[in-house]
Amino acid sequence: MVRIIGFLVGLGFAGVLLISLVVNLVGYIQSPPEPTAEHEFHRHPKELHLASDGPLGKFDRQQVQRGYQVYKEVCSACHSMNLVAYRNLADLGYSEAEVKAEAAQHEVPGINPETGEVSTRKAIPSDHFPAPYPNETAARAANNNALPPDLSLIAKAREGGPAYVYSLLTGFQNQPAELLKKFPAAKTPQGLHYNPYFANLNLAMAPPLTSEGQVTYADGTKATVDQMAKDVSAFLVWTAEPKLESRHRYGITALVFLIFATVLGYLSYRNIWAEAKRKVAPKGPLDPANKAKRTRAKAKAGIAG
Amino acid sequence: MATLEETTAAMEADHSLRRRDFINIAAVSFAGVGAVAVAVPLVSQMSPSADVLALASTEVDISKIAPGQAIKTSWRKQPIFIRNLTPKEIAEANAVPLSELRDPQTLAERTKPGKENWLITLGVCTHLGCVPLGTGEGENRGPFGGYFCPCHGSAYDTAARIRQGPAPLNLQVPEYNFNSDTVVTIG
Amino acid sequence: MSFAWAKAYEPKTELGRWIDERMPLPRLVYNAVGGGYPVPRNLNYGWNFGVLSGIFLTIQIVTGIILAMHYYASADGAFNSIEHIMRDVNAGWFLRYAHMNGASFFFIVVYIHIFRGLFYGSYKAPRELVWMLGLVIYLLMMATAFMGYVLPWGQMSYWGAQVITGFFSAFPLVGEPIRVWLLGGYAPDQAALTRFFSLHYLLPFVIAGVVILHIWSLHIPGSNNPTGVDVKSEKDTLPFHPFYTAKDGWFAGLFLTLYAAVLYFAPNMLGHPDNYIPANPLATPAHIVPEWYFWPFYAILRAFTVDFILPAKLWGVLAMFASILLLFFLPWLDKSPVRSGSYRPLFKRFFWILVADVLLLGLCGMKPAEQPWVAISQIAAAYYFAHFLIILPLVSKFERPLPLPNSISASVLHGEAEEAAPAGLKPAAAQ
Repeated sequence: MVRIIGFLVGLGFAGVLLISLVVNLVGYIQSPPEPTAEHEFHRHPKELHLASDGPLGKFDRQQVQRGYQVYKEVCSACHSMNLVAYRNLADLGYSEAEVKAEAAQHEVPGINPETGEVSTRKAIPSDHFPAPYPNETAARAANNNALPPDLSLIAKAREGGPAYVYSLLTGFQNQPAELLKKFPAAKTPQGLHYNPYFANLNLAMAPPLTSEGQVTYADGTKATVDQMAKDVSAFLVWTAEPKLESRHRYGITALVFLIFATVLGYLSYRNIWAEAKRKVAPKGPLDPANKAKRTRAKAKAGIAG
Repeated sequence: MATLEETTAAMEADHSLRRRDFINIAAVSFAGVGAVAVAVPLVSQMSPSADVLALASTEVDISKIAPGQAIKTSWRKQPIFIRNLTPKEIAEANAVPLSELRDPQTLAERTKPGKENWLITLGVCTHLGCVPLGTGEGENRGPFGGYFCPCHGSAYDTAARIRQGPAPLNLQVPEYNFNSDTVVTIG
Repeated sequence: MSFAWAKAYEPKTELGRWIDERMPLPRLVYNAVGGGYPVPRNLNYGWNFGVLSGIFLTIQIVTGIILAMHYYASADGAFNSIEHIMRDVNAGWFLRYAHMNGASFFFIVVYIHIFRGLFYGSYKAPRELVWMLGLVIYLLMMATAFMGYVLPWGQMSYWGAQVITGFFSAFPLVGEPIRVWLLGGYAPDQAALTRFFSLHYLLPFVIAGVVILHIWSLHIPGSNNPTGVDVKSEKDTLPFHPFYTAKDGWFAGLFLTLYAAVLYFAPNMLGHPDNYIPANPLATPAHIVPEWYFWPFYAILRAFTVDFILPAKLWGVLAMFASILLLFFLPWLDKSPVRSGSYRPLFKRFFWILVADVLLLGLCGMKPAEQPWVAISQIAAAYYFAHFLIILPLVSKFERPLPLPNSISASVLHGEAEEAAPAGLKPAAAQ
């Protein structure tokens, strides 16, 4: 009974699926989907090698500090970084005094302690980085209705991670003539900027890194656009994963321990099972000693075997 | 009487049993060590997290507190009383013999040298934890002119020392430092 | 338990004796996983995955309870509370990654466990109830995992909740009211989040209870084995302790090593970057995909694209539920008296096609709903239903199985080549 109903149900589902398949295929053949500009001209991220890559990766603190400088002087004008606090900068090698001084350079929302009016106060290390806009509406109003995303997690929130960020920042270019020829309707609209590393090809953000020396690095490194893009990408990996180094360190310890424990466990298992007589030595023609004898005898007699 | 061969065989069997057990014991011990190692983060996660520890010290601006006034502020989510003692209050505190005190301490021991007028204490009654009155204008400062806890009647003097009532200790003085004449870091 | 030669529990310590007199708990443990549970001696590593599942359930419960100490179930604060765990809580990153990857590993282990059951006929009499309780556990796992994924309130959390609860609106008349009732609103929001948190905390303990029933119902007939032949005598079995505790122990070490490698060195490999974006009800992600362990079902859901009597959406939802529910009937669909796939050559071939089919469905679930993936998922889904509902019943009726060994010990103790031959006859061709 079960099998009869099951048979019918199976036929039902399989049947409807095959109908769907045929209808879809007929539709596909009759009117194949139009190729899109995004499909053809979207590019995968360029390769980026950072010190934090790989299972043994560590942060290049100099680079991350430079990246922080780029964020502070260029990106923070529009992009918030809500999840990072000034005290976290101590991870990058800044001293307690430097962290305090860094925080004091910025203002965070507060209230006047006497009148209760909304005002600002100097940040202290436990404060998080202040946002450039008080709310989403203000952010959109200032950016042609686009919302600059918070950058705290951006390196984990995008396919390709830091390589994507780096490619995006260095990928602004003029729309290729080829694209305009093939897809004249896909001309970059006014107010957007062509960037093949962005999935939709046209990005609301104007190129933020435009010229060499936009930022003057404290350690004297030449601030080319490429260098600034790499440095800020490295910084963004840190903001997204501040515990990366600690995680890698514990990981090595854990793996070594576990591998050793597994080996011990395996030896213990073999030790215990040795008594189980799981495989008694076969006798007669299957006995390896007899098998060897037969092979030798065959070889002597010149029979292949 | 066991023969030499039998004894040797028995001893060998004994050895091989111990050898056999050794690997099993080693394996189980390693697993045990692993279990303990894993338990460490499971326990430490309940300790204060980094953001809580970051708020472990607070800076307070005391420039607006006139002599005879006190403010109530917050440190580690607990109330703090900061009082600017008048010379009369200081004299009153110093006049009390230590033998009369349940928890003997001089005012000098409870303040910083050169800054005896600044009395900084936790605003938590040492009896059962209520917030004593006395910081605000017009609040009941109790029979000893310091602080007074309405819950069970503990009375503190001008140096916030316990004089009457069930509280066993003086109001606790936290760790603090004067960054300047007008700013104090507590904790 | 059920075997006459099972070793009887004898308390070795005074304390053990005292407890046993008052409550037979030590005895119960001894009979379940100690020296008192005889297990076939020929189990292969396919039999390790039940215990491994239990280990991962424990890992999830322990890390989950601790994470709940720091998580904040508010639509405004949930995402930030997870980041607080990752950045500020001591060892918080370890706990979060352990829980996140623990869920994936729990499913990997359970899937292997299920496919072991499918191949070796563990669902057949007298273990039908074991099988069905296992399916109940699986359904509870899926519900728990779905609700857990919503809790971080990322983009995929929110939109996954939208899609899954949207299934119910496929049902005519009652669908939409049920959906609104489930959500406590018209879209996933605070009400849905808090109730998902509550249920996500509850269900693992329900799972634990069903696991106990699952093991209990198994221990009545005892474990199956790779030959599918019943245990006949003491020669066929070994006590669970120390033989299988040792085997399970070392293999668990191996699997935990794999788990640690992923946790510490590639913790986001199995996840989706979009869930690191806070939920935005006004912006749909480019491709909404569930976690990998739901991909085959997602493919089946999306394979139905044409209205035929019923709307395509409803077909998809029905097929998705049916794909799991039909497994409850497997003991009656496949009535071959031979249990193990090792002795059923035709069944074996179709089994491996099923494995490939499910993997293919998984791949389709990951891809966007475009050609050629839609067509592939339609064929693969059709095969899935055909396999269980058409092919298996026919195969079990018409196949010619290989001759079975006389007993487990015969197959083990005389060498594998002779396992299928009664003494004296030529061994069957190796498979």
